[in-house]
Amino acid sequence: MHNALSLYLNAKDFRLIIRVHLFFVSHLMSIFALRKPDVTSRVVQTMAKFTGVQFQIIKCILLIILAFGLSFNANSANEDPETKAEELVVGDLIFEHVLDAHDWHILTWNGHHISIPLPVILYHPEKGLDIFLSSEFHHGHTSYRGYKLVDGKIISEDGSKYYDFSITKTVFAIIISIVLLCLIFISAARAYGKNKGQAPKGIQSVIEPLVIFVRDDIAKPSIGEDYVRYMPFLLTVFFFIWLNNMLGLIPIFPGGANVTGNIAVTMVLAIFTFVITTINTNKGYWVHIFNTPGVPWWLKFPVPLMPIIEIFGVFSKPFVLMLRLFANITAGHMIILVFVSMIFIFGSINVWAGYGTSVVSMLFSAALSLLEILVAFLQAYVFTLLSAIYFGMAKVEDHH
Amino acid sequence: MELVTPDIGLIFWMTVSFTIVLAILKKFAWKPILQGLKDREDSIKESLSSAEKAREEMAKLKSDNEQLLADARLERDKIIKEALATASNIKEDAKTEASKISGKMIEDARTAISSEKQEAVAEIKRQVASLSLEIAEKLLRKNLSDSKDQRALVDQFINEVKVN
Repeated sequence: MHNALSLYLNAKDFRLIIRVHLFFVSHLMSIFALRKPDVTSRVVQTMAKFTGVQFQIIKCILLIILAFGLSFNANSANEDPETKAEELVVGDLIFEHVLDAHDWHILTWNGHHISIPLPVILYHPEKGLDIFLSSEFHHGHTSYRGYKLVDGKIISEDGSKYYDFSITKTVFAIIISIVLLCLIFISAARAYGKNKGQAPKGIQSVIEPLVIFVRDDIAKPSIGEDYVRYMPFLLTVFFFIWLNNMLGLIPIFPGGANVTGNIAVTMVLAIFTFVITTINTNKGYWVHIFNTPGVPWWLKFPVPLMPIIEIFGVFSKPFVLMLRLFANITAGHMIILVFVSMIFIFGSINVWAGYGTSVVSMLFSAALSLLEILVAFLQAYVFTLLSAIYFGMAKVEDHH
Repeated sequence: MELVTPDIGLIFWMTVSFTIVLAILKKFAWKPILQGLKDREDSIKESLSSAEKAREEMAKLKSDNEQLLADARLERDKIIKEALATASNIKEDAKTEASKISGKMIEDARTAISSEKQEAVAEIKRQVASLSLEIAEKLLRKNLSDSKDQRALVDQFINEVKVN
């Protein structure tokens, strides 16, 4: 038993262990949640109280712990450079999980990486377009067509500028989620055609309360009469974010990619909201920005303080939208990984400490996984709600 | 730093794929789903309101029926009362008629009797007269020159007859 654990702790591939742990944790959690819905709902309610400021503080504390973990490992790596490959560098590990990649790593078995190679598409202004599989790099061991892979990033060997349009892990996960979304909702839409006017059946019953939730609790109160034209975007955004958040919590392929915790993804979503808001503005909206009613004139002239603040607000809204989703999801992923990694941090000091920590870590990461399920829904809801509110604000009534 | 630097390739693919999924879902999913939901809600609302209407109509019908029933009951009572009154009238009338007729009959009978009696008396008187005449005749025949006593006796007889 002792030997098994030390072997287990010294294994080169911690990622697999983490995934297996998370897999079992999430399965146990879901089984528990299904068997004891009343207990689960109470736990979720208790946790929901922490989602505000308190939760942010908890996250900060945990990130500080993570930072200590990083420095600890950095020190030990410096002390003994020969064993560096053997050491677990928690920071690298976590960032590797949170960041994008050019291949989809599934597991490492006896030092062999088993991963899905993804297509690399590079555009070089001089050399033109290069399309090849990421397996050509052999995990960074070889360079290919003047490019090489360093720490998961492609760089050109001569340092010249190029553009990377690769189908990365995140892009691949987006495609998977899109296929899933289309399958789920088109089949549901078929059901609406098939049993017209009847009670919902099968997949209809699953999505209908959510669609009605988005329509009646998000769109209608925030936008008002004109909500119908925004519904496709709001529904798509809601289900896209939620599905990707949930897929991100599943530790094994095809889940586990950090799609909604990627700043480029949340940026595009926020830009969509921004563009739709700006297209659908009316005169009152611009009047509100440049000549805010109900504000003393000296705040607008000669120094246009209010217009500057208002214009800043126009851009800060989508910016905050982008950051909120990105930070929440990334932090959630990181914290769960930190808890699991703690077993190995303590295990590398002392095997028995690893045993002891594993119990606490598993409990914590289980609880946090449950919380992340809540956060997955909450963030999708918040993004959709705020988008809807911005759409509603773009149409300013003249009555004030 | 890499964590917060948006990657140009990812932005490109995300924009493309999100636009595609938005377009596909808008056309093939959200439109039919929202339309189906709206249709169903409308039909539910409609059937609810029609049920309400039917209920109201039913209540109205019921109250109408009750009114009708009450009216009928009143009518019946009135008819019965009238019938009773008519019957008692008829009875009364019949009674008066009957008593009138019987009175008349009695009167008739009385008149008849009295006339009969008168006749009979007249007859008797005639008989008596004739008898008296006969007697007188006989007496005259036998005792025409007889005593005054006999004559007095005859007078007495006649008077007695007259009295009767």
